[in-house]
Amino acid sequence: MANLAIDAVPRARKTAAAHERSEARTAWLLALPAIVLIFFFILLPVVAVVFLGFTNFELGMGKFRFVGFENYAHLINDRAFRKALWNTTCYTAIVAPVSIVLGLGVALLIESETTARSFFRTVYFLPVASLIVAMATVWQYLFHPTIGPINSLLALVGIPGPNWLAASGTVLYSLSIIGVWQSVGFNMVLFLAGLTAIPRELYAAAEVDGARSSLARFRLVTWPMLGPTTLFVTTISIINSVKVFETVQTLTQGGPNHASEVLLFSIYQEGFIYLRVGYASSMTVVFLAILVMLTFLQYNVLDRRVHYS
Amino acid sequence: MSTNTLSPRAMAANRWPLGRVSRLALLLFGAVLFLAPYVFMLSVAGKAQSEIFTSALTLIPEQFYYVANFTKALSRVPLATLLWNGVLVCGLIFFFQVLIAIPCAYAMAKLKFRAARLMMVLVMLGLLVPIHATALPLYVAFSSLSLLNSYTALVAPFSISVFAIFMFLQFFRAMPDDLIHAARLDGMSELGIVTRVIVPNAWPAVTAFSIFSVVAHWNDLYWPLVVISKQDYATPPLGLMYFRAAEAGDDYGALMAATMIITLPLVAAFLFAQKRFVEGITMTGLKG
Repeated sequence: MANLAIDAVPRARKTAAAHERSEARTAWLLALPAIVLIFFFILLPVVAVVFLGFTNFELGMGKFRFVGFENYAHLINDRAFRKALWNTTCYTAIVAPVSIVLGLGVALLIESETTARSFFRTVYFLPVASLIVAMATVWQYLFHPTIGPINSLLALVGIPGPNWLAASGTVLYSLSIIGVWQSVGFNMVLFLAGLTAIPRELYAAAEVDGARSSLARFRLVTWPMLGPTTLFVTTISIINSVKVFETVQTLTQGGPNHASEVLLFSIYQEGFIYLRVGYASSMTVVFLAILVMLTFLQYNVLDRRVHYS
Repeated sequence: MSTNTLSPRAMAANRWPLGRVSRLALLLFGAVLFLAPYVFMLSVAGKAQSEIFTSALTLIPEQFYYVANFTKALSRVPLATLLWNGVLVCGLIFFFQVLIAIPCAYAMAKLKFRAARLMMVLVMLGLLVPIHATALPLYVAFSSLSLLNSYTALVAPFSISVFAIFMFLQFFRAMPDDLIHAARLDGMSELGIVTRVIVPNAWPAVTAFSIFSVVAHWNDLYWPLVVISKQDYATPPLGLMYFRAAEAGDDYGALMAATMIITLPLVAAFLFAQKRFVEGITMTGLKG
């Protein structure tokens, strides 16, 4: 009896260790395809982009050499690239705030309404489910300077409409309108989810505490409770605006005279049309740095302000 | 609110107070603006060229040119090919993403292994990197392997979705361990557990992810534009780009007809499964 008991302990330990080993082996096997693919399709390409950014690699040319920071020095003085950065910033500065505010507004209106809720939700969400390249064509017609409905409407009240997509003064605003139209519904759905998660009792408590107007209740309950949702929507909106490409490629090709040239469009042109892969890679590094910075900002600066316990 | 003590007339007045009327008016006004592009698309797709040039604001065409415009669009756009390519590419991408992400997420959530933490770091980093950032080296690689203009080029880079891993991971962590222990006691292998216990229980997460994935890849223009230059492999957005380039001008009737045909599948799917769409977007909270 005693012998058996003494014997059993190490044996159990041994089988436990063996079990752990086999569990780890299984885990590795299950995760292996994902690890291999992450390596080949994400890690390696990112390393390659950083590497290529320091070379003068051109597709179709056999040889390439290291040029150090030459590409980056060139970037700083590249007027088209600086214009692209500036345009992307402007586009983001318009589209992100407007689509967040409108998304929140529509969500609040729908939430406090009882009739036709799902109808409104469908209507505002429809652009998210529509092919943007296709809808851009429709917008091109709407914006048409002579036969387009927008300028025809303006003409009815005696305002000469601008040449929306073809004038350098208005093209970025026109693209921004399309961008807002496309993303309000997406933000609305996220805000609606955030709103339904707020406990009803809080509103009753706020009313007892003297928050009589709906504006007071919004400031006291809704806005702080929506903090995490708002942060999330803000980050996603900014990142999506920075990634604007489809409408530019479809409608303006960066024109007229670089007035609607944006970051991804510059990268696409340099890399895949002119095939200057090295130079385009250095642009991509800038693009990645912006994304990293935005995410970092979300986690470290803003995150602290919206969490409360 | 206690409206039950009021007279019927006061009740009716109470049901439509100023606040509510202005709220509905605002919502309706916005809805009209948001629907306007669709209304004009429907309208212009049925107009003759001469009418498009003269009367922009009449919505109902004087003469119905739908048949003519749609015939023209269908004869120029290889619609069947485009839709088939779209379905095939999105289907394959989704299939591989789920096939690869589920076992990985299960291992990270429920099994002990040392690389789990490292994997988490990889996934979080991967979430940061869009296809636009990896496109250049991938293009060089596919080009040197002569894989441009192929379904492989369209599908392969998206076969791994760190977002899918991330999402399934959250979902699996919330699953009770007892379920898995019970399956193990029944003598099931780990692979058996994944296919027969985890996958059936992960169905809500899989549907939510399917919507996210299909919307993202059906709409994607960037990567197809990079690797495809032949109409045979064009996805719907790319096909529409070709059509626009070929039409080059103001034949808006045919353009709108083509636009309608290409937009319809996803919009129909959305209207049909609206609830799932909204749930899916809320759950995944990400796009593009």
